[in-house]
Amino acid sequence: MPLYLTDDQAMLRDTAREFMAAEGSIAKQYRKYRDMNCKDGFGHALWKQFGEMGFTGILIDEADGGLGLGHVEAGIVLEEIGRNLTPSPFLVTAVAVVEALRGTRHGERWYPGILAGETVAALAVDEGSKHRPEAIAMTAERSGNGFRLSGRKQFVVQGASADVFVVAADTTDGLTLFSVEKGTKGLEIEGVRLADASIGARLEFDRVEVDADAVIGEVGRGRDVLRRVLNAGRAGAASELVGVGSQAMAMTVDYLKQRKQFGRLIGEFQALQHRAAHLYSELEIARAATLKAQQLLSEDAEEADMMVSVAKAKSGQASALAVQEGVQMHGGIGMTDEYDIGLYMKRDRVLNELFGDASYHADKVARLNGY
Amino acid sequence: MADLETFRREARAWLEANCPAEMREPVRDESDYCWGGRNPLFKSDAQKAWMERMAARGWTVPDWPREYGGGGLSPAETKVLRQEMAAAGARNPLMSFGISMLGPALLKYGTEAQKKRFLPEIARGEIRWCQGYSEPNAGSDLASVATKCEDRGDHWLVNGQKVWTSYADKADWIFCLVRTDPEAPKHKGISFILFDMRTPGVSTKPILLISGNSPFCETFFDDVKVPKDQVVGEVNKGWDVAKYLLGHEREMISGMGLGGTGESLGAALAERLKDDPILRADVARFDVDAMAFRAMSERFIDELKAGRAHPAQPSIMKYAGTELNKARHELIMAAGGSGALEWESERSKGGKAPREWLRTKANSIEGGTSEIQLGIVAKHILELPGT
Repeated sequence: MPLYLTDDQAMLRDTAREFMAAEGSIAKQYRKYRDMNCKDGFGHALWKQFGEMGFTGILIDEADGGLGLGHVEAGIVLEEIGRNLTPSPFLVTAVAVVEALRGTRHGERWYPGILAGETVAALAVDEGSKHRPEAIAMTAERSGNGFRLSGRKQFVVQGASADVFVVAADTTDGLTLFSVEKGTKGLEIEGVRLADASIGARLEFDRVEVDADAVIGEVGRGRDVLRRVLNAGRAGAASELVGVGSQAMAMTVDYLKQRKQFGRLIGEFQALQHRAAHLYSELEIARAATLKAQQLLSEDAEEADMMVSVAKAKSGQASALAVQEGVQMHGGIGMTDEYDIGLYMKRDRVLNELFGDASYHADKVARLNGY
Repeated sequence: MADLETFRREARAWLEANCPAEMREPVRDESDYCWGGRNPLFKSDAQKAWMERMAARGWTVPDWPREYGGGGLSPAETKVLRQEMAAAGARNPLMSFGISMLGPALLKYGTEAQKKRFLPEIARGEIRWCQGYSEPNAGSDLASVATKCEDRGDHWLVNGQKVWTSYADKADWIFCLVRTDPEAPKHKGISFILFDMRTPGVSTKPILLISGNSPFCETFFDDVKVPKDQVVGEVNKGWDVAKYLLGHEREMISGMGLGGTGESLGAALAERLKDDPILRADVARFDVDAMAFRAMSERFIDELKAGRAHPAQPSIMKYAGTELNKARHELIMAAGGSGALEWESERSKGGKAPREWLRTKANSIEGGTSEIQLGIVAKHILELPGT
């Protein structure tokens, strides 16, 4: 498969780009829901439109009513989400959770709502301030016919508005994933507004009782499912980062062509030209790595794990460079809330942490390479 | 697609049967490559056999047309062949500026007679080329070439000096930028000319580098007579040919950022990283960069073959690839510690590590400095204003 978008994928990109710029724009979505201090941090009307556009079904099999497409296509939508900072449950619900529920009865239960853009689902994995899915402390003890879950989760994106949670817990014989509905007794949800105005919930499980059929897949065998889920989420987050970085760069390059100082356009200064060109080169590398990771994921290739980590680390670094250079080159107005460039810096920071930051993934690359 | 799978199977079987075991060992240094030429120096019978077998199939230049000595393969087949060669660990059978630089320019700008005369010889490794671009005092300001080329009716007369001519002392022919119209604006009076290095009046002198090696030469032209039919493209429009060729040169140099086999640097240094967590972290970040860069190279090659590449993309490749290659060798030196400082010892294979480290420092200078590449990206992709 050549490493560029096919004609069909390019068409999807054009559709997504047009839709997100029109309906998902910063003024219409990000600022609107932030400024009204919305408890969900995003608009449900837009989520429904995502359903009407078919976006929510990209990774759902055709037999289940979806489009049966792959990670490249999910990434295409996420890049446009990134460009517009569109607040949406797409990444966690339509990419990560859809992957978790694939081929299970839970899929039958939740896919129709996700397809319609009505259901929001969240992923409860992180427990501390850093992403460490290898060391999950939350326990699930057998209790009667089911399990009793105890422990804490944090950074549960869209957790405050989720109808259902995919929860990773230790069942002594290994890791097990559970599907836990909101409103289950003993589950406390605290929505926390994050730096980018999105909501990342903290969850407290106080001996939460669930039935045996809450188990996703097999008891003690959740590690493999979680790996798939996190790969999907990481590759998706990488695309969103590429979108964030690309738009921050585009805004900055435009600014370099308009702003005059010392009687010249500042874009004429070689110091700024070279920094902008370096930034462009880093983003192109990140974009290629991300597409490669998504192609490998869709082919279920062995090297996918490694390339997903490369993509998440590289896109995180490139996007961070883009937003930081963006604010710096904008000068004082880059620091104002009125200008959008600073919003990109906040979103980049959150996306960098999500599903493991660049250091986490560089370490993973080292381990996968045997050092 | 079924055809492509058939091709893959056939290519794999052929490589299995024809690539000698010695040619599947990683190369140790530049002297391990086969450069071909009028008086080729083969390091072994295996090296000779490998080059000849590949040339006979047209696979030294798999995507060139068959009539010019190529393999006539489609872009997809060429990619499959490269993948199978990589999988078999098969070495590149022939290193050649003729293949990587002059050939593509001749295919695009050469006359039919020039193509027929030079391309098959290049494909078979029978002619070794050097590139006469840089001149003293010109540096990255390439279009300021001063070497004089006068029309003397039945021949051209060339006088001047080139510098940084890689392997000029070993080359059979030179492709060269010369000034044919001193009155015209600097980009408009240049022509692209080819001539035999045995022509009377051509002389070369190696330049010793900090690495202790000397791939580069100074090259002198003193009343060199060149036949009229050896200008490529139109007279005074050589800059177009030069730019096209530079794209291919940058692509070739950027390939060095991949560090040969594509093995993870950390995996190669694993033993030395165990007790050095900070170096390990640096190497891990490098491996992320290198693998991501490899993806961009793949994308670029795919786009190039499909005719979708941006003409300034080789500048990104050249910039990023050479910076990466320098970083690789800094890390190798750091991991090697004082052992990697040995310049002349059996243990150090004659100072391989420090010499290579020093050599890479030229990567971001030769073929257009990193600053030149960034300037091209700023101007032609980002469309930032000129000064």
